[in-house]
Amino acid sequence: MAEALAFRGVSAGYGETVVLEDINLTLAGGENVSIIGRNGVGKTTLLATAMGHTRLHKGEVLLGGMNINRMPIYARALAGLGYVPQEREIFPSLSVRENLEIGARPGYWNEARIFELFPRLSERLTNMGNQLSGGEQQMLSIARALLTNPDVLLMDEPTEGLAPVLVETLTAVLLKLRDSGLSIVLVEQNSRVALGFSERAVIMDKGRIVYDGPSAALRDDPEQLAKLVGIVEAAAPH
Amino acid sequence: MTMPAQQVTPGLSGHPAALALINRHRVRAWEPLPWIIAIAFYFAFPNHLGFGTDLLVTILFALSLDLALGYAGIVTLGHAAFFGAGAYTVGMLAHHGIWTEPISGLFLAAGVAALIGFASGLILLRTTGLTLLMLTLCTMALLEEAANMGEKYTGGFDGLPNLPIPPLFGLFEFNPLYPRVQYVYVLCVLFVCFVFVRTLVYSPFGQSLTGIRENVLRMRAVGAPVNWRLVTCYTISAAIAGIAGGLWAQANAYVNLSTLGLDRAATVLIILVLGGYGRLYGAFIGAVVYMALSHFLAKVYPTAWQLGLGLLLMLIALFARNGVLGLWDQLTSRFIGKRGPT
Repeated sequence: MAEALAFRGVSAGYGETVVLEDINLTLAGGENVSIIGRNGVGKTTLLATAMGHTRLHKGEVLLGGMNINRMPIYARALAGLGYVPQEREIFPSLSVRENLEIGARPGYWNEARIFELFPRLSERLTNMGNQLSGGEQQMLSIARALLTNPDVLLMDEPTEGLAPVLVETLTAVLLKLRDSGLSIVLVEQNSRVALGFSERAVIMDKGRIVYDGPSAALRDDPEQLAKLVGIVEAAAPH
Repeated sequence: MTMPAQQVTPGLSGHPAALALINRHRVRAWEPLPWIIAIAFYFAFPNHLGFGTDLLVTILFALSLDLALGYAGIVTLGHAAFFGAGAYTVGMLAHHGIWTEPISGLFLAAGVAALIGFASGLILLRTTGLTLLMLTLCTMALLEEAANMGEKYTGGFDGLPNLPIPPLFGLFEFNPLYPRVQYVYVLCVLFVCFVFVRTLVYSPFGQSLTGIRENVLRMRAVGAPVNWRLVTCYTISAAIAGIAGGLWAQANAYVNLSTLGLDRAATVLIILVLGGYGRLYGAFIGAVVYMALSHFLAKVYPTAWQLGLGLLLMLIALFARNGVLGLWDQLTSRFIGKRGPT
């Protein structure tokens, strides 16, 4: 399959500060990848670089084979990049329906499919964004990104700060999305969720990719996972 | 040819998103109230129609600022630039005998103000916060100084008095002593502009402005061309401010530098803060409270009436973060459990 998203020799950061160094990562169409790593290793910066939120110092970012280095953020979204931010960033004074409509574009993902995926949202349509629980906000954030009908979906720690029962619910949704054929880059600190999500895993440390290979190898070798991630806890079963 | 449209329309009108959009545009039961009061004012206070006309013009001006500041979050201290541009367009055209017809004069005022809004917005709206605030102020100061220096055309410091404004539709004469025609005329224009702004803010475009105000980065990430939407909003807002300025010039039959000054720009900002921004009717409430209070305090205490206004503003800033309407929302949510503003 043709490449959906690619980073070629990318060094990027904020202002003069370089956070990512020489990143080479290619995602084929329909492929899913989980990105694992400790806090501050550049996982979020990698997604932010794809979206154009950072300063690109070197290399190129390709979307569907097209160089998007100089493309403005909104044009990247229109070109097929969907982004679910870590902080959810729901519009507080818009209703749930308005939050959903605000970036909606025609395509496979429509309201009916969204409500099938997140029945809870259909019950909260007239509520304002600031009246939702953390889990509902996360659902809305994912739904809002899906309704832009992206080719590649970037998800930044969707399970962060959620109760275990909600993590289970959301993990089931992630697996459904994975099976829908959408290309997904999942940044996740919860290694159990991350390694269960995709066949391919990437581990980052100090702004570089230190592992790019099958998730199964890491699932079967917790010691190796702990060594690569840099903390023993990462390998501990949750 | 009409068949396909007839086939499509019923399907669309039943769509949940279409129903939600229709519901958003629905006229609330209390919404005719300000207009009924405005009509009643005409009959109840025939000797205060000059004040009433000024009030309606101020509401329109505040409404234009609400679109930019309240909905799109464009922080500006130079909105009087567009008010003045509209006023001077009407004034100069009438004074030099080029164009005097009132209604088309308003379109010209809107066009000139929109042009200035578009040109300045293209550059200014790349900035935010204090920089934007200062640049809008500078734009206004530049226009004010241009009007001051171009004495031959603008009348300079003295302005252009005794503008020859012909009767409306050739029938209704503008009488400066009995401004009945002016009042009705301004009220009609305000209503048309209000309906336009109301439609705009409840449309998907209006919702995207709210999104931009709340989270620019997120709006970009869902594919919204933020800069263009801001420039569009700023241009529309400028056009409406231009109409307000044009109305002011026509109703008073003169134009001077006060239409372009910081005093006017600051006053309209205070009015909006007083009434509550980003909620349409804040412009109405703020203008009524501010002007009625100024009127009343100036009579009671002519030498220091602004002290009373200052104290009121301090109270509003301390206890009612989003003006009188914000206070109303707080009270209703406390006692009735009503949901927040939309």
